[in-house]
Amino acid sequence: MANIPSADELKKRLQDNVIYKSVFRPGSIYRKGYRDTSRDRALAAMNNVLYHLHPVKVKRHGLKLTYTYCLGGTSFFLFILLTVTGIFLMFFYRPAAGPGSEIAYLDMQNLRANVQFGDLVRNMHRWGAHLMVFTVFLHMARVFYHGAYKPPREFNWVVGVILLLVTLFLAFTGYLLPWDQLAIWAVQVGTSMAGFTPVFGQQIQFALLGGVEIGPETLLRWYVLHVLALPFILAIFLAVHFWRIRKDGGISGPL
Amino acid sequence: MAEDPGIDQETFDRLIEEGQPERVARAKAKAAAARKSRQAEASSGNGAAADGEAGGGGGGETPEQVQERVFKELVDDGAPERVARAKAKAAAARAEKAAEKSSEPAKQPAGAKSGGGGGAAAGNGAANRAGDGTGIALTPEQRQQRVAAALAGRAEGGGPHERTGGTETKYAGQEHTHRLLAMVPPTGIQQIRGKQDDKAYTWPHLLTAEFICLMAVTAFLFVFSALAPAPLRELANPNVTPNPSKAPWYFLGLQEMLRYWHPMVAGVTIPLLLGPLALVAIPYLDRNPSMRPERRRFAYTLFTMFLVASAALTLSGSFFRGPGFNWTWPWADGIWFTL
Repeated sequence: MANIPSADELKKRLQDNVIYKSVFRPGSIYRKGYRDTSRDRALAAMNNVLYHLHPVKVKRHGLKLTYTYCLGGTSFFLFILLTVTGIFLMFFYRPAAGPGSEIAYLDMQNLRANVQFGDLVRNMHRWGAHLMVFTVFLHMARVFYHGAYKPPREFNWVVGVILLLVTLFLAFTGYLLPWDQLAIWAVQVGTSMAGFTPVFGQQIQFALLGGVEIGPETLLRWYVLHVLALPFILAIFLAVHFWRIRKDGGISGPL
Repeated sequence: MAEDPGIDQETFDRLIEEGQPERVARAKAKAAAARKSRQAEASSGNGAAADGEAGGGGGGETPEQVQERVFKELVDDGAPERVARAKAKAAAARAEKAAEKSSEPAKQPAGAKSGGGGGAAAGNGAANRAGDGTGIALTPEQRQQRVAAALAGRAEGGGPHERTGGTETKYAGQEHTHRLLAMVPPTGIQQIRGKQDDKAYTWPHLLTAEFICLMAVTAFLFVFSALAPAPLRELANPNVTPNPSKAPWYFLGLQEMLRYWHPMVAGVTIPLLLGPLALVAIPYLDRNPSMRPERRRFAYTLFTMFLVASAALTLSGSFFRGPGFNWTWPWADGIWFTL
């Protein structure tokens, strides 16, 4: 049994090859180890993909939970969580409806009854969506009360307003997909409001519904918006939002 | 170096012999030397130029003369005027530098560089003049001897200073030399506007907090989803209108407003046009630079009113509206609200 290498030897062999070294950057703590020094703390941030989000050092007052309440971070995390649960749901859902073939609704029932964890994931997706609308709104209030929209952060506030609207629209498009009574009548109420837009209200309503009233075309349209178009737009504005936080000097304050 | 006045050996010796402490003597001697070197500099201001003329190997011209001569030569050789002027200027600069170099060693005692070449030769005049005028032109050897003698005298008197080591002894004031490198304006080279922020490392401080935060959110959502099933009503039927028909909760404030105003105002103009526009305009309208709550009373008041109104309308639309979207009391008539 003398041929079995020791743990240290195995670790050395694992780390001392081309593949491992290609995965982790030269200064990475996974390559050169981590000691709790200022240098390694800096390297831990620098050699991490999170370096896109966070600089090496942040203002100390921003660490307090009562400063940010982690609202922006929670909103972003909920977006990730909704993406993951949403991808899961997409495996079991077809956006098809219409007289005689209520595939969307049947898929929902099948998801709840026959898919392992299907109901749980659907619940998480739905409650998470409501929670995200709520946290985004609270995030806006927090930012206002801290005056964090003041120069040089004016434009990032504007991006934030866009993100709020896209979030609302994402939640609203998702609301229709179960294709139950709750869904279509909530959408009926919402889109009839859009129909009152001055001058070209009818056109807007037609574009939203994909017809003069809610039907299978509406479902397909809102499905594509919900799973592809709006997340794409949201992701782009999120990138700008995060980038501007760092470019504008990190978190605002202290008050 | 030449710029360092060092200490005035005569003063130093005199004070030591008078019995002053060495520290005091050194300080006073230094002051005296500084005074003398200032005088010497003032008197050598003209002298250096004269030396350059007398001893410079380049033919004894001032830089201006060099420039004129070179310019004329080049123009005579047929060079363009612009080129000639530039070359003449460069030649003048070179001449000036050479003159400076040759006058620099002059401030040191002549014996310091016995094989100093042309520069030292050119400097002799200045050294002699300094020697005549101020009497500090001692060779290092002479200085050393005098210091050694003075210290030896003290040592005989029982002093603690046993630094007499013959030729190896450093002469006084040599161990510390300072050189002025640059004059920095009072505004400084680097302008620091804000004060340094109090910062903490992202790892571990921020990332740990964020991780805990998102774990808490996940746990909450997981438990809540396990306990509370999301609603799924019967199949959609466009022919059966539920009573009441309500929008999702985040639009119920708007639906509530529809009860009070014409839909064009309540449904579209306010939420879709004025609302976002007003939000977007906030940072451009609010020009108050302060971030302190007590100095933003107006902004706080307006925004709080907006929040309270939104919350009130949403709550009212959610819990106080029943069939026909008419007013109901939730504790008496029940709640018509589905998330």
